[in-house]
Amino acid sequence: MFERTVKDQRNQRTERLFRILFLLMSGVLIVPVFAVLGFLFYKGAPALSWAFLTTWPEDGMTAGGILPALFGTLWLVGVALLVSVPIGVAAAIYLSEYAKDNWMTRVINLAIINLAGVPSIVHALFGVGAFVLFFEFGTSILAASLTLAVMTLPVVIVSTREALQAVPQAFREASWSLGNTRWQTIRHVVLPNSGSGILTGIILEVSRTVGETVPVMFTGAAFFLPYLPTSVFDQTMAMSLHLFVVTTQVPGVPEQLPFGVALVLILMVLVLNSASILFRSRLRRRKKW
Amino acid sequence: MVALPANKLEIRGLDVSYGQKRVLRDVDLDVPANQIFGIIGPANSGKTSFLRALNRMDEMTSGMQVSGQVLLDGADVRSWRNVYALRARIGVVFPLPVGLPMTIRQNVTFAPRMRGQKNKARLDELVERCLRRAALWEEVKDRLDSLGSMLSGGQQQRLTIARALSQEPDILLLDEFSIAVDPVTTMRIEDVLKELKQEMTIVLVTNLVQQARRLADRTAFFLNGECVEVGKTESLFHGDHRDPRTVDYVEGRFG
Ligand SMILES: Nc1ncnc2c1ncn2[C@@H]1O[C@H](COP(=O)(O)OP(=O)(O)OP(=O)(O)O)[C@@H](O)[C@H]1O
Ligand SMILES: [Mg+2]
Repeated sequence: MFERTVKDQRNQRTERLFRILFLLMSGVLIVPVFAVLGFLFYKGAPALSWAFLTTWPEDGMTAGGILPALFGTLWLVGVALLVSVPIGVAAAIYLSEYAKDNWMTRVINLAIINLAGVPSIVHALFGVGAFVLFFEFGTSILAASLTLAVMTLPVVIVSTREALQAVPQAFREASWSLGNTRWQTIRHVVLPNSGSGILTGIILEVSRTVGETVPVMFTGAAFFLPYLPTSVFDQTMAMSLHLFVVTTQVPGVPEQLPFGVALVLILMVLVLNSASILFRSRLRRRKKW
Repeated sequence: MVALPANKLEIRGLDVSYGQKRVLRDVDLDVPANQIFGIIGPANSGKTSFLRALNRMDEMTSGMQVSGQVLLDGADVRSWRNVYALRARIGVVFPLPVGLPMTIRQNVTFAPRMRGQKNKARLDELVERCLRRAALWEEVKDRLDSLGSMLSGGQQQRLTIARALSQEPDILLLDEFSIAVDPVTTMRIEDVLKELKQEMTIVLVTNLVQQARRLADRTAFFLNGECVEVGKTESLFHGDHRDPRTVDYVEGRFG
């Protein structure tokens, strides 16, 4: 009665086949990741040291450290976040918690999706036209950061909206039926239960912003500057552009230097991503619905 | 002339639809004060939609439209300027217990805190009173500051009742509260409801015909968006002039 029929056997064979197939596919995905990381570590590790992070480039950028580029990237990302996070989170709260499902909401959603698809070179040109020239910020941290902010805004909005929508609708209805307003419900029920998800999205956004080259090159990042920026109206050096410069623009750079820069860049991203994974696992532990 | 009991709720020509789909048609019924009003009917008959129309939840639900009148103490709920004050007078208990992800104490004090009550002694007193009335106090009094979601399903459902009571409502709406609750807890909650009707009006939606029979003073039978029959509970089960569909349903022949 419980003997395996021919059909059972065939099902099991297909089952096994697909498992192996999917395993191979994920293998294909993992191999390049490890190859890239391994290669970077191998080549760049000799350049890495505390002094590398805290000293200025020397000898026409063929030696020395990356202090001004590192410092500049922190500036750029920091100011970009200061702009994109409040706007993005507010927009996401509106779209998820307030907006009715009408044509205007649909237009906004369409705009967000399209904005996310715009290539970064186009954002760069927009940044030049809008922030550098029209608003007369000049090539400056402000112009570059605003360009980055516009570019990453859709990412913040979409990830925040997803974090908000992950909160069960039943929680909102329970709160509303207690006579709480929408805002009270958002403040005391929705946000406390989506905070880690929102942070995760923001950190992923940062890690994407760190590596952007073209938009900052057009709008505020300089080839080389002998001083650190002191205000948002100064130009600055940036990690991504510095990597581009020492790789292709300066003759006689020892091989390990660009790899060192790349390694620091990747490490920044890895640290941020691990932080976001940590947040997410904390979120999962707190979720009990 | 004998004074008729005052009606807490009077529903007049209530229609509910979602987009193009009409799910409640022309419902007329009265809910007398300080009684338990039962609503029975099979799935999709519009019972939940009816409850949502009472506290104007349609305004929070995209696509839901309500027309007709819901009179609370003789005044249309739609004429309330402050919908939040209206909802605060109407406690709601949902089919699946919705313990908000906060501590037991915070769950119960949520509504009063949002109204600005900060006095700790008052809040503590309220927590004890509400939990006692929901027959939960003895089980949780030693762990008021642990997460509400750590309680069992039956305990959580009593927690939501305590939470609904915290706003001192004059109407309590219960939507199939016993779906996720064991029989013993169900009986305890039923006893609680019998006590509570001294102080408030209760609308009890249930898919257990016998539960309506045990508890309700009056009962309405909903079927496919229509209020087929409404009257004294006993007459729904034994009356002579009942709609044949009612007879079939209460005798378990369909649904
Ligand atoms: N938010 C909504 N959007 C669209 N349609 C809905 C919505 N809520 C309910 N409906 C529809 O309204 C009809 C009545 O649903 P309702 O939940 O009021 O029935 P019910 O009597 O409570 O059923 P049950 O006993 O299963 O809880 C159903 O056909 C349902 O699909
Ligand atoms: Mg229902």
